[in-house]
Amino acid sequence: MKSALEIAAAVRSGQSALVAVEESLTAIRARNEELNVFLYVDEDGARAAAARVDEQVRRGEDPGLLAGVPIALKDNLCTTGIPTTCSSKILEGWQPPYNATVVDRLVAQGAISMGKTNLDEFAMGSSTENSAFGPTRNPLDPSRVPGGSSGGSAAAVASNMTPISLGSDTGGSIRQPAALCGLVGVKPTYGLVSRYGLIAFASSLDQIGPFANSVTDAALLLEAIAGHDPLDSTSLPEPTPSLLAHVNDGVAGKRIGLVRELVDGADEDVVRAVNKAVATLKDAGAIIVELSMPELHLGLSAYYLIAPAEASSNLARFDGVRFGNRVDGEDVTAMMEATRTAGFGAEVKRRIMLGTYALSAGYFDAYYGQALKVRTRMIEAFAAAYQQVDMIIGATTPSVAFAFGSKTNDPMAMYLNDVFTIPTNLAGEAAISVPFGTGEANLPVGVQLLGPGRSEARLFAAARVLEIADGRA
Amino acid sequence: MMLPNGWEMVVGLEVHTELKTKTKLFCGCANEFGSAPNSQVCPICLGLPGSMPVLNERAVELAMAIGFALNCTIQDSTFHRKNYFYPDMPKDYQVSQYDLPINARGYLDLPDGSRVSIERAHMEEDTGKTTHLGTSGRIHGADRSLVDYNRSGVPLVEIVSGPDIRNPQQARDYVAELRSILVAIGASDGRMEEGSLRVDANVSVHKPDTPFGTRCEIKNLNSLRSLTRAIEYEALRQIDVLEDGGSIRQETRHWDEDRGETSTLRVKEEAEDYRYFREPDLVDLAPDQAWKDRVLAGLPKLPARRRQDLEALMTNPTDAQRDGVTTVVDLNLDIYVEGVAQAQGDVALAVARAANELAANIEKLANLTVENFVATVAMEQSGQLSATQAKNVLSELLDQGGDPVSVAKAKGFEQLSTDSLSATVGELIVANPDEWQRFKDGDDKLAQFFIGLVMKATKGQANGKAVIAELQSRR
Repeated sequence: MKSALEIAAAVRSGQSALVAVEESLTAIRARNEELNVFLYVDEDGARAAAARVDEQVRRGEDPGLLAGVPIALKDNLCTTGIPTTCSSKILEGWQPPYNATVVDRLVAQGAISMGKTNLDEFAMGSSTENSAFGPTRNPLDPSRVPGGSSGGSAAAVASNMTPISLGSDTGGSIRQPAALCGLVGVKPTYGLVSRYGLIAFASSLDQIGPFANSVTDAALLLEAIAGHDPLDSTSLPEPTPSLLAHVNDGVAGKRIGLVRELVDGADEDVVRAVNKAVATLKDAGAIIVELSMPELHLGLSAYYLIAPAEASSNLARFDGVRFGNRVDGEDVTAMMEATRTAGFGAEVKRRIMLGTYALSAGYFDAYYGQALKVRTRMIEAFAAAYQQVDMIIGATTPSVAFAFGSKTNDPMAMYLNDVFTIPTNLAGEAAISVPFGTGEANLPVGVQLLGPGRSEARLFAAARVLEIADGRA
Repeated sequence: MMLPNGWEMVVGLEVHTELKTKTKLFCGCANEFGSAPNSQVCPICLGLPGSMPVLNERAVELAMAIGFALNCTIQDSTFHRKNYFYPDMPKDYQVSQYDLPINARGYLDLPDGSRVSIERAHMEEDTGKTTHLGTSGRIHGADRSLVDYNRSGVPLVEIVSGPDIRNPQQARDYVAELRSILVAIGASDGRMEEGSLRVDANVSVHKPDTPFGTRCEIKNLNSLRSLTRAIEYEALRQIDVLEDGGSIRQETRHWDEDRGETSTLRVKEEAEDYRYFREPDLVDLAPDQAWKDRVLAGLPKLPARRRQDLEALMTNPTDAQRDGVTTVVDLNLDIYVEGVAQAQGDVALAVARAANELAANIEKLANLTVENFVATVAMEQSGQLSATQAKNVLSELLDQGGDPVSVAKAKGFEQLSTDSLSATVGELIVANPDEWQRFKDGDDKLAQFFIGLVMKATKGQANGKAVIAELQSRR
């Protein structure tokens, strides 16, 4: 499949948007049953949208940056007219009466939604095994997981069903599946992309971001959706940064910190890839600075208090009263209990209980309060590091894609998948995962580049250097 | 009221006021009372998945205005989530202010000279309204429950007083004064019966110079009458318990207006753990000095000051006249009285007419210009109109508009000529010789007897003062 940039250029110069849409539908038909990527394929909606884009071109209007580009949307983004489930039984069949801001922005830029992709229920997981509608398989090796929670959106691009897709990243849910599926995945600066219409997991950590086969396509997609939204009070007020224009800026003279704690504990093949990436960037003119940030080890523990605490509150509204599935009970309280008992899966319940406990009177200070202090230290540690360097390099995940079931009975082992990605979410900063080389079983390895708030352009430029050296562009 | 055996009551009040904004606290839905159920809702105030709050600027301004009016410190503040499950609360948490309210530490001075401290006045969102169908009328055992979310997300300010109130009358004065202020600054319409102003009372009893007793919180106080009755009942109930050797347990109690008693709603051990934490969907609220200055500059003259200014226009006002002034200020009738003062008219008379005739027809005020009110009072003062006639003219002006001279003429309220009055008085004296003799002997009460006869004979057209003058001249 062509890149998003190529499709948009072709459509803008007169090629029917239906060409790419039909190509996408053919790819979905070929493998969706096997891989369980899309929970809902919006065939009619996609064709109608393609016709509208064609009509715009015929009238001499510019359909936008993503003219006629098929895109897959993680099913925790609200979309009118089609279901949004969060891969949960509790929302099965629900159709939001409104679009997420990112969805409206995609439409305004000419993108064509092909449908909604599978995820770990309410974005809680690292393998997409927690979906109420079955796991998604890794297109590169269907015996392995695609990562999670945005596994469906990663698999959509990795299997060429769409050239780009959107996921959400609360603790690594874009970068980890990007690494496991050999894609570029971006966790933008907190507030760069509007969260309005993203069904919240942990509001202070969630960000929507792109998956793509290339750095350029990822930059294009992020540029299309970024920017202030009056409907999201936490969205940054500054104007949308120019990203695409800077992807070829290189890294000459840039100071890049190699942080030991973002590599230690990773498998040997992953460590090897990171070291090779460091050498590549050095060759391209970067100055490598070795750093130690011991605080990063505290991130996982803090995250697994803060995220569940917010989730316990965010998920309270799924009570059967106004929307979604309802299981009747003797009275309102019994109805709510029955609805939530039947509607939520095991991992969601585990995190709601964790979070409820962490916020409870008598435990608040020791758990949630303490986690907030750790978070502050994390922010300070990054700020200090960025006094010395322009960006940081490390691994995205401890290993390449793992086999189904290998971590489902050990929540801690599963949680450890996010150990390198979580610090960025806690700090509200930017990070990108870019595929670089291969590891065990010839599976892709992701290298992670981290930067301060609004440093995306810088990160894209560095990722592009690695992408070219890896022979991917 | 006096409590028996030296007991003293200690009362603190929590007053919730809905803010008079055009839209709700976190979304663009209309903030209006009485619309069709669930006609003023959107994804945000319904708490649909993915929706997010955006703070209403006007609500912040009104909250700051309340803070200034209550002598509070307006500070940088944050929002928290108060988590509990209830069907009329769409998100199953309420966005409220917790450890950092927008307004901290103020006070309210009452007309009796006492001062009640204000601990805080913070912003929060209102819930929807549940109606339980079935025999019980409550959530337990209801056949069905219907929820109207029109009220969900309506901005509220909760004003929390210190435990400074010592009797029911003071509690009543506090709420009345607070309501008057909220109405005056445009923050609230102050309607307790519609629920736009809601009061909870924390009541305990103790002996002076001993620590405060355990308090109970009384809910459902929908009028000033309920407030005073409930506080009195609750204090006496607690004293009974304590004097019988029992102890008070901290609990929330419900006021039953019909039975005139409080009853246990829930005890403290059953109290919810609200798991407060910072609302991550909102940013800190930090109004800059310029904004605060604008709000302060826009604050109107407050009721206490307005009453003071009106009373200063009268010489030694009586208690009844001071009550009249309070009514004038509460109903925003100051301009009428001030108009009379500016025209060098009788201010006490103006207050009496405003606090009675105008107050009773508040919805018709648009028909009555200040100028016409001033003219009517002047006509009464000069004797051109009797009191009865003046009231009659005002009533007509309020009903139909027009000017008092024409209305008086049309009604035939023309001044009786002095000759005609004199002739009438003369006839009545002849017809009632015994009464006239007693009047002449110094029984002043008989003046009223003759005024009544004159009024009857002249169909109310005579001026009472003129009659007295005529009687005196013949005495």
